[in-house]
Amino acid sequence: MIHVIIAESRKLRRPTLLFSTMAITVVLSGLFTSLLFLLINSKDGNGKRGQMISPASLSLPNGVVTGFTSTATLLGIVALCIFAAQTAQEYTFGTLRNLLVRQPSRMKILGGKYISMIIFAIVMDVLSLIISVIASYALAGHAHVTTVLWSSGAGYREIGHAFLNVLITTLGFGTLGMILGLALRSPISSIAIGVIWVLIVENLLALAVKKSGPWLPGYLISNVAEGGSVDISYQRGLLLGGAYLLVGGAVVSYLFKKRDVSN
Amino acid sequence: MKSTAISVSDLTKVYGDRPALSHANFEVPMGTVCGFVGPNGSGKTTTIRMLLGLIAPTGGTGTVLGHNISHPEKYLPQVGAMIEGPAFYPALSGRENLNVLASLGGFPTSRVQGLLDQVGLGDRGGGKFKTYSLGMKQRLGIAAALLPQPKLLVLDEPTNGLDPSGIQEVRNLIKDLASDGTTVFVSSHLLSELEMISEYLVMLRLGKVIFSGRTQDLLAAQQPLLVAKPEYAVDLGKLFEIAKSSGHQVSLVDGALHIVSDPEWAPSLNRLAFEAGVTLASLAPVFPTLEETFFEMTGE
Repeated sequence: MIHVIIAESRKLRRPTLLFSTMAITVVLSGLFTSLLFLLINSKDGNGKRGQMISPASLSLPNGVVTGFTSTATLLGIVALCIFAAQTAQEYTFGTLRNLLVRQPSRMKILGGKYISMIIFAIVMDVLSLIISVIASYALAGHAHVTTVLWSSGAGYREIGHAFLNVLITTLGFGTLGMILGLALRSPISSIAIGVIWVLIVENLLALAVKKSGPWLPGYLISNVAEGGSVDISYQRGLLLGGAYLLVGGAVVSYLFKKRDVSN
Repeated sequence: MKSTAISVSDLTKVYGDRPALSHANFEVPMGTVCGFVGPNGSGKTTTIRMLLGLIAPTGGTGTVLGHNISHPEKYLPQVGAMIEGPAFYPALSGRENLNVLASLGGFPTSRVQGLLDQVGLGDRGGGKFKTYSLGMKQRLGIAAALLPQPKLLVLDEPTNGLDPSGIQEVRNLIKDLASDGTTVFVSSHLLSELEMISEYLVMLRLGKVIFSGRTQDLLAAQQPLLVAKPEYAVDLGKLFEIAKSSGHQVSLVDGALHIVSDPEWAPSLNRLAFEAGVTLASLAPVFPTLEETFFEMTGE
């Protein structure tokens, strides 16, 4: 398995992929956190869906990671694209046959690929957290937010919790991308379907069908980053979202193991 | 008797109701170069993929380097393969593509530069794969197949896209590997190439093995020709009658007579022609090439 992880990391660290992904991460994290503080007095709100997040609220221990958690869904979408592309490209380039000749255990290929992409997602989330925390400290004074509680033990615990939850969300979306990549065997189709489903179809469904939100995988996975919401509890997001991914993952793993490699 | 590198018994692959390979039986002795020929769609790549564990047979069995093909993990570390052309990551350099495969197989990456040098890509290893010409891609594919220092090398159309000197280099490479004891199982549509390097042949047609054995045995079974050309074209008729009346099959091709006969009859023909007042400008035995034999056997 370690050989697969090393081989996959060689593909993931190619400059065009690594630097462009990290640049997107920096921009998204910086932008979302900046808007949170710069629009603090806007009557249109400074949070998700026009939500008002006051200076008092941002001064709480979790204020230091509010910007970071609001970036989670988009970090997840980035992960979805990368996981889907890295998986499906083996079919479109025809490179899967090379991999399987050098490592005939298909489950080792799949496991190693997944672990290497998890490491990539961790690096992405760490960078996002660093940028977001720096931006939060830099803009706190301008927004009249006090940072005393951010540096307390409670503040550090919030950073830890937020990082874990955002990572779960990022990996949840990434896993969804990998499932789509294995099922559709085309990077373009799997990315298009994944992004359209999460960003458009689920939102339309949630608006059109009452109480459908707590059943939609994208909603459930996003919800984990926020530590739960009024509509969807943290546990529900974690368990039902995880169950969807587990079933999807089991089906595509079976297909990957059994399907003939004829391209 | 040499042990076998590849052995298949009743190997079958059916897609829907269409058999891609039907009850194939053949053996490839260890340490030989074995050509694998057949028209497009005859089942060559399907067979190679089954031998490499990429697709599951519908029926039959096979062994590679003594291990059943249902356990490719037991023999693939000693097998190098290039299947249906080179497939690599376009955004990675040739060197990095080989590094990926070396890491995956647990081979030292220090081996990579030597392989790039061996296939003539030593100074182009840093270039991205997508910038390579077809011939360079093919060379990289061969280098990748050589990574494990294989006991068995499986090459599917290795000379595609190569210029004549590249083809000669591949031929020499295969000969060198074979002389070092590597078994080479090579499919190619360049039958003249295979004829030069293959000691053994497996011939497929419509998913069935129509010949498997020594190349010389196949060619020896074909009837040789005597090609006779008189000094003057007006004597063609006389010469035709001489051969015909001696019980031989004769045809006129490009101003010369093609007479189906053993080469031993050549002196007799020369004498008969002389007695009939015909001077021969040339008289030569011609043995059928692998290509001619292939077309005759496959009906292509």
